[in-house]
Amino acid sequence: MNESLNPNLLLAIALLPLVTAAIAGLFCGTLPRKVAAGITIAGVALSFLGSLHVAGSIFLHGADTFNGTVYQWLVTDGVSMQVGFLVDQLTALMMVVVTFVSLCVHVYTIGYMADDDGFNRFFSYISLFTFSMLMLVMSNNFMQLFFGWEAVGVVSYLLIGFWYKRPTAIFANMKAFLVNRVGDFGFALGIAGVVYYTASLDYTTAFGAAEQIAAQTFPLPGTDGVNAMTFICIGLFIGAMGKSAQVPLHVWLPDSMEGPTPISALIHAATMVTAGIFMVARMSPLFEHSEYALNFVLFIGATTALFMGFLGIINNDIKRVVAYSTLSQLGYMTVALGVSAYSFGIFHLMTHAFFKALLFLAAGSVIIGMHHEQDMRKMGGLFPYMKVTAITCWIGSLALIGTPFFSGYYSKDLIIDAVKHQHHLQPDNWIAGYAYWCVMIGVFVTAFYSFRLLFMTFHGKPRWDANAAHGDAHGDASHAHDDHAEHDDHGHGHHGGAPHEPGWSMKGPLVALAFPSVLIGGWTVGPLLFEGGFGKSIYFNAEHSAMLEEIGHSVGDWLHFGVHALQNPVFYIMLAGVLSAYVLYIAKPHWPDAIDAKLKPLRVVLENKYWFDWFNENVIAAGSRLLGRIFWKGGDTAIIDTGLIGGTTGFIDWAAGVIRRVQSGFLYSYAFWMVIGLVAMLAWFLSRAH
Amino acid sequence: MIPLNWLLLVSAVLFAISVAGMFINRKNLILLLMCVELLLLAVNFNFVAFSRYLGDINGQIFVFFVLTVAAAESAIGLAILVVLFRERRSINVEDLSTLKG
Repeated sequence: MNESLNPNLLLAIALLPLVTAAIAGLFCGTLPRKVAAGITIAGVALSFLGSLHVAGSIFLHGADTFNGTVYQWLVTDGVSMQVGFLVDQLTALMMVVVTFVSLCVHVYTIGYMADDDGFNRFFSYISLFTFSMLMLVMSNNFMQLFFGWEAVGVVSYLLIGFWYKRPTAIFANMKAFLVNRVGDFGFALGIAGVVYYTASLDYTTAFGAAEQIAAQTFPLPGTDGVNAMTFICIGLFIGAMGKSAQVPLHVWLPDSMEGPTPISALIHAATMVTAGIFMVARMSPLFEHSEYALNFVLFIGATTALFMGFLGIINNDIKRVVAYSTLSQLGYMTVALGVSAYSFGIFHLMTHAFFKALLFLAAGSVIIGMHHEQDMRKMGGLFPYMKVTAITCWIGSLALIGTPFFSGYYSKDLIIDAVKHQHHLQPDNWIAGYAYWCVMIGVFVTAFYSFRLLFMTFHGKPRWDANAAHGDAHGDASHAHDDHAEHDDHGHGHHGGAPHEPGWSMKGPLVALAFPSVLIGGWTVGPLLFEGGFGKSIYFNAEHSAMLEEIGHSVGDWLHFGVHALQNPVFYIMLAGVLSAYVLYIAKPHWPDAIDAKLKPLRVVLENKYWFDWFNENVIAAGSRLLGRIFWKGGDTAIIDTGLIGGTTGFIDWAAGVIRRVQSGFLYSYAFWMVIGLVAMLAWFLSRAH
Repeated sequence: MIPLNWLLLVSAVLFAISVAGMFINRKNLILLLMCVELLLLAVNFNFVAFSRYLGDINGQIFVFFVLTVAAAESAIGLAILVVLFRERRSINVEDLSTLKG
């Protein structure tokens, strides 16, 4: 019965996007746009179909986990580095999510980037990203994980700075890269720890040795020594904090919105930023052995979930609101990891990937429709103009805030449930209590900023000016045009005119993403989480699996679970958030300003984003520059340049000045010195002889 | 037979004269060359004296080699001298200090 997976198929899934990326990238100057878009989309589509097949084999036909090496790179000092795949339930799920969202984004890009010069380059990058991400999730060893980890970082850097002539974009991509370096430092330390204790990069070996590692003590300087597993896990999690943008390494994510919207959807919402969550879930056999590390994870996650949500409330840039929402949701996933509910975290990762990609693409659609306007204060009342975008955006938001029966409801409610159980299990663990309050308040905040976005964008009084630049005639023309033409006409000339719905290449992905945003939660919640859907790919220790079982019993099937919402305070908190947004932005639109005036100090705190950027720029960056200056001026210029190199030349110069006097140029003086020397040597020789 | 010491003494005197010639002479390059030749002759004298004293013919054979080399050397030296004189119009040792450091 058990079929096994074909390694060639797995290789093809991973490599197809790389090949198409290489073709589109190397010939980006000469390849026609249609060809570049065509081959990259075909590559990703084939990858997606392959991933579906793999997922089908694993989930439906119970295929065995594939764990094997496909290419041995090198062996050094007993540690072998290789390209290998570990495909189990967790991986298969990630593969489908990554390739599906990537496919949607590829198609969407045709419309979004239609009038951009970097069209082919963009396609090359996003295909390259898909390859990197697949390598990351399919890896069976730390080496390849690290490769994928860095590769997605590089592509993210390239894409944030895609419009490389904008100084803000260059600043943002440098910031993303540097902040991720901080995380990678911890990540590399974690991997080094694993190699140190197991002498292997292989997952299976490392997981098998988990108990031995946990029994050892790592002599961390400045402490009495910490548990080796705690050290490794916190190191790995610091890597995850960088990639998944957890406080305090979150600062790069809002700025990464400088990149084109499709990559915000693909990389900075749906897939890459979830790499950290995936990695921790993959490392669950390690994390389960360290209570300290899990508490650390929980604390960071809870803080991110709540405080980044607050920032979403005050932002007026439509993409940034969604970006802060992403941060907050990543916080939720991290909270799930922190209470050992890895499967819930991955489940939320999956549902979030769909609805957050949807929200970002909808935001991109609004931006294009509004002729590259991102400020929500200049929107409003767009619903009649862009119905498809508005409806899909509603669906995405409803899923995001956790409306019963939408996919976000199942995943988020389970996380809150898990935190509640953890809190009850460990009443004196203040972190669990703190996390519980954070996620509960977070529900209100999420509902509030989501509906604020919807109301400010699609409803209420229009605040845009249709006659801004070119007047009505042009606006009408573009409308008529849009009904039949696909996408060729965005932004070419008509900066002005009424908002309009983009073409089907952009609407299609919105609709395609709307379906899983609604359905996937209810459909998969039972089989995936409570009927052993993840198999052995995620490890729980005894205490935690008992907790998850209890939750499983209490929720029942998807229908009961959905109806159960009515008895759950979470649902009413969410309603309160929606209602407050309605009151403030539809019913009494002058209230926000009044509240704003009353709560000025709070607003200052939020507007400065808790001074993280200020701190980074003025303390860390300035401190680094100061340190660099000290080493440059003191070490390099003073000691090395002036002292060692200048000292050497100076001494030689002085010595030469003294010695040159011997060179009189007269033969007789040379002869004289020769004789003197001869006599001296003779005298020495003779005196020794006796 | 003349004792060895006398012969060595003559040789040492010859050597000293030639070295002194080099130091004291500040005018004539030809004199310098001659002093070099004398130097070699003093050495040759030593060779011959010891050869006779030890009854070993090798020392005298060596003298022939030294004479040959000395002849070649003085030929080259004189040739250089001629060229130098053409260039400089002088063979004054005092003027030849371009190698001064």
